[in-house]
Amino acid sequence: MATTTTALKGAGPVSGSRSFFMKLRDGDEIARLITLLFATTVVLITLALVWELWVNSALPRQKFGFHFFVTSVWDPIIDQYGALPFIYGTMVTSAVALLIAVPLGIGAAIFLAELAPPRVSDILQFFIDLLAAVPSVIYGLLGVFIIVPLMRTVIYPALNQPFGYLPIFKGPSYGVGFMTAGIVLAIMVIPYIISVSREVLLSVPRDQREAALALGSTRWESTWKVVVPFAKTGIMGSIFLALARALGETMAVTMVIGNTPKIAASLFAPGYSIAAVIANEFTEATGDLYLQSLIALGLVLFLLTFILNGLARLLIVVTTQKGSEVGG
Amino acid sequence: MKRIVGLAAGVLALCAIVLADNALLINGAGATFPYPIYSKWFDVYHTKNPNFQFNYQSVGSGAGIKQVTEGTVDFGATDGPMNDDQLKAFQEKRGSAILHFPTVLGADVPTYNIAGVSTALNFTPEALAGIFLGKVTKWNDPAIASANKGVNLPAADIVVVHRSDGSGTTYIWTDYLSKVSEEWKSKVGKGTSVNWPVGLGGKGNEGVTGLVKQTPDSIGYVELIYAVQNNIPYGSVKNSSGNFVKADLASVTAAAAGAAKAMPDDFRVSITDAPGKTAYPISSFTWLLIPQKFQDAGKRDAIKGFLNWMLGEGQNSVETLSYAKLPKEVVEKEKKAIDNIQ
Repeated sequence: MATTTTALKGAGPVSGSRSFFMKLRDGDEIARLITLLFATTVVLITLALVWELWVNSALPRQKFGFHFFVTSVWDPIIDQYGALPFIYGTMVTSAVALLIAVPLGIGAAIFLAELAPPRVSDILQFFIDLLAAVPSVIYGLLGVFIIVPLMRTVIYPALNQPFGYLPIFKGPSYGVGFMTAGIVLAIMVIPYIISVSREVLLSVPRDQREAALALGSTRWESTWKVVVPFAKTGIMGSIFLALARALGETMAVTMVIGNTPKIAASLFAPGYSIAAVIANEFTEATGDLYLQSLIALGLVLFLLTFILNGLARLLIVVTTQKGSEVGG
Repeated sequence: MKRIVGLAAGVLALCAIVLADNALLINGAGATFPYPIYSKWFDVYHTKNPNFQFNYQSVGSGAGIKQVTEGTVDFGATDGPMNDDQLKAFQEKRGSAILHFPTVLGADVPTYNIAGVSTALNFTPEALAGIFLGKVTKWNDPAIASANKGVNLPAADIVVVHRSDGSGTTYIWTDYLSKVSEEWKSKVGKGTSVNWPVGLGGKGNEGVTGLVKQTPDSIGYVELIYAVQNNIPYGSVKNSSGNFVKADLASVTAAAAGAAKAMPDDFRVSITDAPGKTAYPISSFTWLLIPQKFQDAGKRDAIKGFLNWMLGEGQNSVETLSYAKLPKEVVEKEKKAIDNIQ
């Protein structure tokens, strides 16, 4: 409660006290202060989170320093911890997920917003929203019982036989691994991409389409060359939302990734992700250094999300020089 | 309207019951493996002695040790005994010692999935250590085949499955491998989580079972109780007397009886690879962690009362939940140790 009062004091109005009380009587000032308070809470929570993670990960920072990021031994018995395999696994699974989900999601959104009859679009949208609300453990089960066997019997032979000479498709498949986790993540994030992209595409002004059509373009040309570029910022936003979810997903990933802290070039190899190792080992982490190393991993995940989000913002700023403000 | 009044009356009645039930609350936290029997014991004990209510959270052995050391709970529970550093930390923080009380026994069993093999396999300690070290890589390796004459083992690669979450089950398994293999002891060691040389990780007993069932030519380890309750086939393991023993309640209790003669006074003992002709070698106690000194005399007496009941009447109900009973020698020794709680 102490923080809320200080926030209130600090957030006092710029204008003189007389007009402040006048405004207070109107109610506008009260509304402003209350909403400001809520907005400040978000920032405070984020700062408190970083502070807690930072303070509680002091031991590994002192002992390993920068080596924490670049070593790959994770051994609680000899108290040696390196985060590299987990960072690698998190990034690879998220990348696979986006590679699959982005074309599928945006394609579906274009169909729903531009080509499908409004009624069909609305009904499908209902199901997509439903998919977005399914708990992740359900997706994990879907992965274990459907994707993992499918991976071993269909996807692995289909990719390994023709392309087995490529390092990313080499080696045996156990069914679980980077690619399986990536596919499950893709299924999980597609609804986000579709939902947000469809809304953005629908909000593109009618004049834009009509102008393109009047100039003699076909329906597809007006969609692909006018509407989609117009909505680019919003579509990017949907992709970053998807990326954020993929990076932090825990339950579904740990069920299908194989939980092996190794770095392998092959997408069929088992791996590990940051969120998965924290969930797996936190309850039984007995030593101080062990526990703090797990917390340090949490901080790494936070930083990773932060950096990728920053890059995303930068990308939007750069690419919207000639774009639009829709959904920004 | 009537319904709402009825509902309100019901809620009020519930509140009244809760308020009237002003039993002394004793909090504990720790191991997940004995949770079913602990919650049953605490429930039965509460109905018999309404003045005491035990509240147990199965947060994991590591968290249990941590919480009892911090003093946020009255007692802890663990699947692996506390090590000397942890005992020292407790002594420093709380100014008294902590006592271990064995409650029931558990065991780990090897479970596997090999195409075309439906008979129960025999495993030697060398074979298990070799497989989990990644040195025995084919099912028809002589290390496995020599103990399974007449079984047509394929030349397939072995896929090893282990627990990915920190767990007492892993502690027992790695404790056993450390005893039977020098190489395991020096390369990997024992603990609730270790740096596995090979294999895939599954979360929980169900995760390991799922991976073993789905991956051809795989082998993993699960708790005996989990295997029994879910009808998972498992193999026999060669004990220190040279007999292949299949894990069941009797062979696990036999392992404890074999180790009971050499039981140290603090009960911190590993009974993997225990002596005895019928002893199952991958067995272990699970312990309650009780501080030696209590500030609150009421809580102290409640815990002492519960321990006495648990060692007597409580032991009769453990087998219905597939836990192995404590052998008599251990029960007698523990009853004497209860007096140390002050």
